[in-house]
Amino acid sequence: MNNDKSFAILGNFTDVNVLFHAAEKVRDSGYHDFDIFTPYPVHGLDKAMGVKRTILPYISFFGGISGLASAVLLMWWTGADNYKLNIGGKPFFAVEFGMPVMFELTILLTALFTFVGMWGLCKLPRWYHELQHDEGFQRACDDQFVVAIFSTDKRFSADTTKKLLSDIGASDIRLVESGAI
Amino acid sequence: MSATTAAIPDDMQNVSGYMAEAMSPNEEPFREPLILGNPSMHDVSRKIIDIIEGKVTGKYLATLAVTATLAIWGIICTGYTIVTGIGVWGLNNPVAWGWDITDFVFWIGIGHAGTLISAILFLFRQKWRTAINRSAEAMTIFAVICALLMVLMHTGRPWFAYWLFPYPNQMLMWINFRSPLVWDVFAVNTYFTVSLLFWFTGLVPDFATARNMVKNSVAKKIYHFFSLGWTGSTRHWHIYELAYLIFAAISTPLVLSVHSVVSFDFATSVIPGWHTTIFPPYFVAGAIFSGFAMVMTLLIIAREILNLKDFITLKHLDNMSKIILATGMMVGYAYSMELFIAWYSKNTYEWATFYNRLTGDYAWAYWTMVSCNVISPQIFWFKKMRRTIPVMFIMSIFVNIGMWFERFTIIATSLHHDYLPSSWGYYSPTWVEISIFIGTFGIFLTLFLLFAKFVPMIAIAEIKGVMPNAQPHHHEESH
Repeated sequence: MNNDKSFAILGNFTDVNVLFHAAEKVRDSGYHDFDIFTPYPVHGLDKAMGVKRTILPYISFFGGISGLASAVLLMWWTGADNYKLNIGGKPFFAVEFGMPVMFELTILLTALFTFVGMWGLCKLPRWYHELQHDEGFQRACDDQFVVAIFSTDKRFSADTTKKLLSDIGASDIRLVESGAI
Repeated sequence: MSATTAAIPDDMQNVSGYMAEAMSPNEEPFREPLILGNPSMHDVSRKIIDIIEGKVTGKYLATLAVTATLAIWGIICTGYTIVTGIGVWGLNNPVAWGWDITDFVFWIGIGHAGTLISAILFLFRQKWRTAINRSAEAMTIFAVICALLMVLMHTGRPWFAYWLFPYPNQMLMWINFRSPLVWDVFAVNTYFTVSLLFWFTGLVPDFATARNMVKNSVAKKIYHFFSLGWTGSTRHWHIYELAYLIFAAISTPLVLSVHSVVSFDFATSVIPGWHTTIFPPYFVAGAIFSGFAMVMTLLIIAREILNLKDFITLKHLDNMSKIILATGMMVGYAYSMELFIAWYSKNTYEWATFYNRLTGDYAWAYWTMVSCNVISPQIFWFKKMRRTIPVMFIMSIFVNIGMWFERFTIIATSLHHDYLPSSWGYYSPTWVEISIFIGTFGIFLTLFLLFAKFVPMIAIAEIKGVMPNAQPHHHEESH
């Protein structure tokens, strides 16, 4: 069963259509702890893998709401509460003149929350990856697709997992051990 | 099909059977390929990485030396202004805004094309944007840096620029949110921050490609750092693509808002010639117009020097010419409409200002603007002209000149004739203002050259995603 040192079993693909069906088959075989590394986003592959929809839009939305709220509070508190300054008889606070700043801060905080949220959800930055020295794996940033089934998956077993990968059309199937490279 | 093939310009004819090979079942027929020469995905990565990995050529260094000299000269003159005060500029009593604000609006406008390409064309699913979006976004950031420099100098005492932000201070005073100048601070800073984040986000997967492909160990470490450990995991791409979509969705209204807010600086005042409701859309159209012209200038040079003709094809330049033509006519419409309304309003001061614009001391600037912005882009009605590099290059320069004069005309003509003839004057810049403006070009081009050398200047991952056979076939049908 589970070899203590094994980290993942990798297989490379070159044809995106084969890869697409492979993703579905790995998912249908009951694996959860697997990933597919691609040089560019392949449309629909996340669905084929069974990736759950990310919560990022909620984070962004929260950012937008906080931006809007902080703009309103900032302008209202500084202008109409903390230090009232009559300038040309204009109101101390009004939505009309507040609109540009409300808009800009909404956008700014949405962007910041999206940015931080995205990397947070990806668990990046992370400057070391167990697979980073595997040459076949590096091609996932170039021209090939790499399917990796991790040893942490319950169904992982060196033999059957390797067989699955070869059945679905992977080439260069290999076991990568953690710390071995 | 033969009719279509005949219409293909000469430099594409040598692409063997480009129609048959480059077309995948999910691509619309009779559409020009986005990348010429049928490269493999590895070829694409290699070609872009080769630019950053290749030796620094003498031509590059010579160009960099020239632009860096201009930049340094501009910075020296900026320092001279700071030390001496803006009395060294040609500003005078009726004309309190001169080249400083002209340059500010010019540069901030240049930036707009980058965001338009990266955000609005993304939302419209314009796949051709992938080859040019990276450099256009870089251009946005560098242009906004120049704009910020100009507006910082315009404050007169740039060491007090932090007064523009709301912060608790010993006078217990706050900034005046009723002032459009404060809105501008928020708009431009937001614009800079969001553009930078968007640009960096797009770069991360390409930094990962660079990290894996470069040989030099120091370069590898640097790209490793900036790639944030990107692996290309589909689970990450899933989040990343949504983030990209959100960035595009918020940048689209942002880009429209920024130049609208810039135009509020003028439109909310009571100066004849400025106090018009047409200003926000007029400024935004002009910004996109000038920005596309600048993208075109830079890309025509870049594709020539860096040998990127397979990526930045005539199709791209053709599309950009069409956008220049369209926005040029919007700008032309705005010119005629503000003129018409000035006459139709029967407001004495408004009409006097416009009549003065057409015939007064600055008529030369007005007519330079009209000929460069309205008349000359009409040449792009002809497909042949939209595909002739020298014509496009000259046109892009014309538009840049015209758009600079647009801002100058708006500022100088409205200010130099105040309500009373006793407060009329004439403004011309001093050598210091001219030097600072040339210096901003130096800063802009230096940053762009450094970018082209050290950063993947074409979005490698995005290009791959729109290549033939990049996406699963049946997937498109399932929509």
